[in-house]
Amino acid sequence: MSPRTLLDRLRRTDPRHYQIAALASLLAYGLVWLRFEVSPGRAALLLGTALLTQWGCGRMQGFPFEPRSALISGLSLCLLLRSNSAALAAAAAFAAIASKFVLRWSGKHVFNPTNFGIVALMLLSGGVWVSPGQWGSVAFFGFLLVCVGGLVVYRAERSDVTLAFLGFYAALLVGRSLWLGEPLTIPLHRLQNGALLIFSFFMISDPRTTPDSRPGRVLFALMVALGAAYVQFALFRTNGPLWSLALCSLAVPLLDRLLPGGRYQWQRAPRARKGVPDETPRPHRGAVALDGVLPHARAGFLRLLRGEG
Amino acid sequence: MAFCPTLAQGFCGFYVARGDAQLFNQASQVVLVRDRDRTVLTMANDFKGEPSEFAVVVPVPTFIEKGQIHIGEKALVDHLDAFSAPRLVEYFDDDPCRRIALKAANGLMLPQSAAVREEDRHSRSLGVTIEARYTVGEYDILILSAKQSSGLETWLRENGYRIPPGASAVLGSYLKQGMRFFVAKVNLKEQSRLGFSYLRPIQVAYESPKFMLPIRLGTVNAQGPQELFVYALTRNGRVETTNYRTVRLPSDVQIPEYVKESFPAFYRALFAQQVRKEGMRAVYLEHFWNMGWCDPCASDPLSQEELRNLGVYWVGEDAAAQPGGGSGGPQQVFVTRLHLRYDAAHFPEDLVFQETADQNNFQARYVLRHPWRGTATCPEARAYRAQVRQRHQQEAQTLASLTGWGTEDIRRRMKVGPDWSEPEPPAPKWWETIWKK
Repeated sequence: MSPRTLLDRLRRTDPRHYQIAALASLLAYGLVWLRFEVSPGRAALLLGTALLTQWGCGRMQGFPFEPRSALISGLSLCLLLRSNSAALAAAAAFAAIASKFVLRWSGKHVFNPTNFGIVALMLLSGGVWVSPGQWGSVAFFGFLLVCVGGLVVYRAERSDVTLAFLGFYAALLVGRSLWLGEPLTIPLHRLQNGALLIFSFFMISDPRTTPDSRPGRVLFALMVALGAAYVQFALFRTNGPLWSLALCSLAVPLLDRLLPGGRYQWQRAPRARKGVPDETPRPHRGAVALDGVLPHARAGFLRLLRGEG
Repeated sequence: MAFCPTLAQGFCGFYVARGDAQLFNQASQVVLVRDRDRTVLTMANDFKGEPSEFAVVVPVPTFIEKGQIHIGEKALVDHLDAFSAPRLVEYFDDDPCRRIALKAANGLMLPQSAAVREEDRHSRSLGVTIEARYTVGEYDILILSAKQSSGLETWLRENGYRIPPGASAVLGSYLKQGMRFFVAKVNLKEQSRLGFSYLRPIQVAYESPKFMLPIRLGTVNAQGPQELFVYALTRNGRVETTNYRTVRLPSDVQIPEYVKESFPAFYRALFAQQVRKEGMRAVYLEHFWNMGWCDPCASDPLSQEELRNLGVYWVGEDAAAQPGGGSGGPQQVFVTRLHLRYDAAHFPEDLVFQETADQNNFQARYVLRHPWRGTATCPEARAYRAQVRQRHQQEAQTLASLTGWGTEDIRRRMKVGPDWSEPEPPAPKWWETIWKK
């Protein structure tokens, strides 16, 4: 098979499959090579809880079980969330998925599920943490390749929020270092961070929770970047991007009102069903279908990203 | 908060004296007590030069009052070091003819292991403000702030601190972040009055959200990589670096018996090999334990009084008043021992830490297992010897992969044959058996 045919064939597949494969390989790499502190049992618990919650909540609201997005949230939690307590880990997975069904505004859910699960448990329990240093910078380039690979394969037509965030955040880090007179190796080192890549390519990019219009998304990316830098360099706390995203997500309804935009239309979107949260793309405003049942949809990058929804 | 004795080794600063580098391979040790935004930093050094040559320059995040500075005891840091050091554990095989059973042995700890006014005026002309001037213990301490790094650099040079080229930029970046400089020299008169023959560790307590350790000054003009041990004492859990990978040192592996005689060499080689393996880009976790107990103990846990002296203010509130301070008892104090080898190329930015909620104990622990060397003639003995040969080989391979030493060299040191068997003990002399039962 020629590379071109392979690429074409890949583009016809559901982008979430690429995303699941990417996250699963990152997890395998992290477990075997970087000795992440997640046991296979813990990974199974996180994935199992996420899937079960998806199934249960879906059932209550009466639509078919769609495991892929829950799997993506579960895998992201395996990569990011650390805890000594199995109960807290399960609670985070539950909170992540349940938030999609409960915390909603104008047909969209408010928070990225993984982001919500982590932030909620960090706020409420004090028994979980995220290790942003766990990737090291050696693994970074391979990691970058996997993420950018997704952009290339799925033609990144809606990657604006990822690129805008990375651009703004990099500019803030470099600008700060230039102002302080630090060598540029410092901001570069800060940018070579696996956790930042997961955040940029798999979390902030979630079209379910980002503004509808491009100007809105770019503004949103700027807000998240400013917030992240504020947490890191003014409050001196870790996980700036996570805190900032959770907070800025609350402003998305306002951004959608100020800067309205048509929601993404899938080329072959199936019929919308009323009252089915997130699992089906809708043709009306608010129909960024990231968890949708889109077997034949021709992909844009948005769909690669939508798995977090 | 970085600190730098003259010798230029150390996490902190730069060569600040007319230092001959007589003290290479020296490690800096820092104790970092952290709870909420409160930090107590203890900086220990092994400075062995002339006291008049000693000077430290430490960036600190806030203004420091006299009461926030204390001179501690080196013995406390040594005790903490001993408590958290990587350790050997021995087991002895029983007579295979009786049943192979294991018996735990003791832990083995790593051996450790009017002018003034004029000066003020001149300082101001350089844009340097001497915000405070204290004598604490044997040290003269200044808290400096500056408008410009070039002024600070000039001031430091004029006052006998040897500043390497390139330090000015680093000083400048700390100044722009609103940090002060804590500068200390030895007051010889005080030192002879107090009668200490060595320099005691300086302790500084401050409140700031910054949970970090500046290492950049120390890398400006360093000759080769430097070594740093950070002992973090916290209330809730393990400490790790957030901007570098924190990696656990390999632990719980069985290694050849002869290592007992050369454990420090083994530990050094092991550490060097791990640093190579991670491309000198990781911080190593060597120990994380609840201070209330240990198993096996390389050294007794620190008493409440010792912990308080190190700055752990939340233990033994009343114990300080009691004679002896009391010891033992449940103390919610965790010690994290981090070890790193660093230079500017691989560690471009200062270390930033976080306290996690992890409370799973960890220790770097290496196991020796002595085979049964008595007479054993039962049929099981043959199988046992084959097993021991296999074990020898495995231990040698483990040691080789941990340290990078050659397997053949290890085999020779183990005094075993090419088939990993131990030489037969010489037959007893005829008279040796006469009076033995």
